[in-house]
Amino acid sequence: MAQIRIENVRKEFGSFTAVQSSSFTIEDGEFFMLLGPSGCGKTTTLRMMAGLELPTSGEIYIDGEEVGMKRASERDIAFVFQMFALYPHMNVGKNMSYPLISQGMSRADAQKRVLEVAKILGIEDMLNRPVGGLSGGDRQRVALGRAIVREPKAFFMDEPLGALDAEFREHMAEELRALHDRMGATTVYVTHDQLEAMQMGDKIVVMNHGVVEQFGKPQEIYDWPATKFVAQFIGSPSMNFLDFTGNVEPNANKVSIDGHQIDIPTSRDGAVGDLSLGVRPEHIKFDDNSNYKGEVTAVEYLGTTQIITLLTPNGTIKSRIASDIQVNNGEMIGLTFDARTLTLFDNTNGQALVSEANEGALNHG
Amino acid sequence: MAEIVLENVTKRFGDEVALDNVSLTIPDGSFVVLLGPTGAGKTTTLRMISGLDEPDSGDVFIDGHSILGQTPAQRNVAMVFQQYSLYPHLTVRQNLEFPLKSPLLQTPQAEINEKVKAVSEVLQIAHKLDNKATALSGGEMQRVSIGRALVRSPNIYLMDEPLSSLDAKLRADLRIELKRIQANSGQTLLYVTHDQIEAMTMATHIGVLDNGKLVQFGSPREVYENPVSIYSASRLGQPRINILPADLFEGDCPKHAKSIGLRPEQINQGKGEDAYVTRVEHLGDQTRLHLKFKEHDLITVTDAHTPLQYGEVVKIQPKEPFFFDEDGARIV
Repeated sequence: MAQIRIENVRKEFGSFTAVQSSSFTIEDGEFFMLLGPSGCGKTTTLRMMAGLELPTSGEIYIDGEEVGMKRASERDIAFVFQMFALYPHMNVGKNMSYPLISQGMSRADAQKRVLEVAKILGIEDMLNRPVGGLSGGDRQRVALGRAIVREPKAFFMDEPLGALDAEFREHMAEELRALHDRMGATTVYVTHDQLEAMQMGDKIVVMNHGVVEQFGKPQEIYDWPATKFVAQFIGSPSMNFLDFTGNVEPNANKVSIDGHQIDIPTSRDGAVGDLSLGVRPEHIKFDDNSNYKGEVTAVEYLGTTQIITLLTPNGTIKSRIASDIQVNNGEMIGLTFDARTLTLFDNTNGQALVSEANEGALNHG
Repeated sequence: MAEIVLENVTKRFGDEVALDNVSLTIPDGSFVVLLGPTGAGKTTTLRMISGLDEPDSGDVFIDGHSILGQTPAQRNVAMVFQQYSLYPHLTVRQNLEFPLKSPLLQTPQAEINEKVKAVSEVLQIAHKLDNKATALSGGEMQRVSIGRALVRSPNIYLMDEPLSSLDAKLRADLRIELKRIQANSGQTLLYVTHDQIEAMTMATHIGVLDNGKLVQFGSPREVYENPVSIYSASRLGQPRINILPADLFEGDCPKHAKSIGLRPEQINQGKGEDAYVTRVEHLGDQTRLHLKFKEHDLITVTDAHTPLQYGEVVKIQPKEPFFFDEDGARIV
């Protein structure tokens, strides 16, 4: 159980800066996601927290104690890797008890602890089996069990489900989350999969090019992205951007895009020039009365919903609507946007303009 | 462009039955996706058509002519594999030109140039045409190997999970592009995947394979809205369909029904009996509710900004559910 605090942490590898200057706090008992594309610095950040890399500058606190320069073994954390390695010559029980025995625990106590953890994971009947014949999921459970038996302050996981196929990954994600809910241990989890992050995380840090782009609760980040990068990275299909040149006055509640007046949440910031109106696919409505039109270029059936790709005067956008509405390629469709959900972006720096709707989400982190 | 027919095809590898009496018609100009987990027989079906394997029994026809015994080249099929294989000593352009330069085809250089240009633009690799094939990222190499199939005009394109190594954004773009290329060209395409989104969004027909048997064949909408079995119903839909005891809910259920199948849209919220919220997952555009109902777990979908929290009660009621018998077959 632990609170983990990162302050201005920076990491350079030679002339390459992997992490610029990260600051965020992981509260005790949280399931915390480090999310971003490959090379964004998320794994490096995790490795610094674990003590596998030393920060170039900045501080890392575990339960208030600065541990940035301490060895991994002195931090009392457990690390679960993507390619979990089990000792092939030991059976399941020995794999799990090994960390305890090597810490000097008696065999009887170790066995008792292993049995408790094996019950939590539902693998108590395979403790005497060799690890060689286990399925991917069971190997994963054993690897987790080996981490859990030590009762560490925190679990660090680097894409632990990355190697599994889609159906099974979803199942394991649910299992991991349920396990966390039972044990309540602080968990830091690295992934590049936005859906996994949304699904499992209490909080998410989104990183790109070594920079923390946004930090907050999943729904808040989805609704009110701080940057265009976050808006694109979270959500599938991602947020649409209607690019336009224009200006927004402070306190404006409309923007003019190609002569169309579009309602927006009352703006706090003002901006002039190269701008984007950000709208999520499910907030685009089809409305015959609207003069803002798009031509349908693709229809993708998804069961409950369908994704409609439309060519508008401001670029290609995707809309998500119920699948019982009949839509054909080539149709011209009038579009409206749900005014309460819109975000404006300044294209020169990719930052969201602050409005009455997003100021709460953008100001706290 | 051709119609492909498999007739009672069986293939064994040792004791393992990979394909069990499969009959399948791939209509001319269709985009057929074979869906199923690892080991269902998807890739084996593809190899029967390509000529990389021969059936133990049964027959394979292209436009009415049996092709058994023909070499892959004689069958004139174009394959794209999950693992790209490019000529490492050639440039991207030379790799793309290669199939067209076959002495059998005698394609004029001007036409080759045009095709290579068109295909490279569609696949977003036009700027890399003069790079060595080895100087590309994994995603780019896979696009070149797709391109190498697309420059040809074969009887059928055979694709084995061609997008699975690409990142999410590119995969979404290429789904639409592949579908568009296929629809515009009217070529026949057989595509193997375990990704249900690819199957639903691209296919004109989905073939569901289970342990070497073809269990359902129909449009994505048919398979989703009218599944023949629990197995078929579980292949499509996110979150997956809930399968529960048939008599769990109040109200009538058909005779011999063992299970009731409920997709999220088949669960009415606000009416019926009490269920308890065990977890709320905010996915952005929707929220998943994990519920406990009479000791059973189920998952449904609700409004993105639902105020519901852990431990609260939601009333639920089935709405036009599916029923299945003890073998998992649908009762209609």
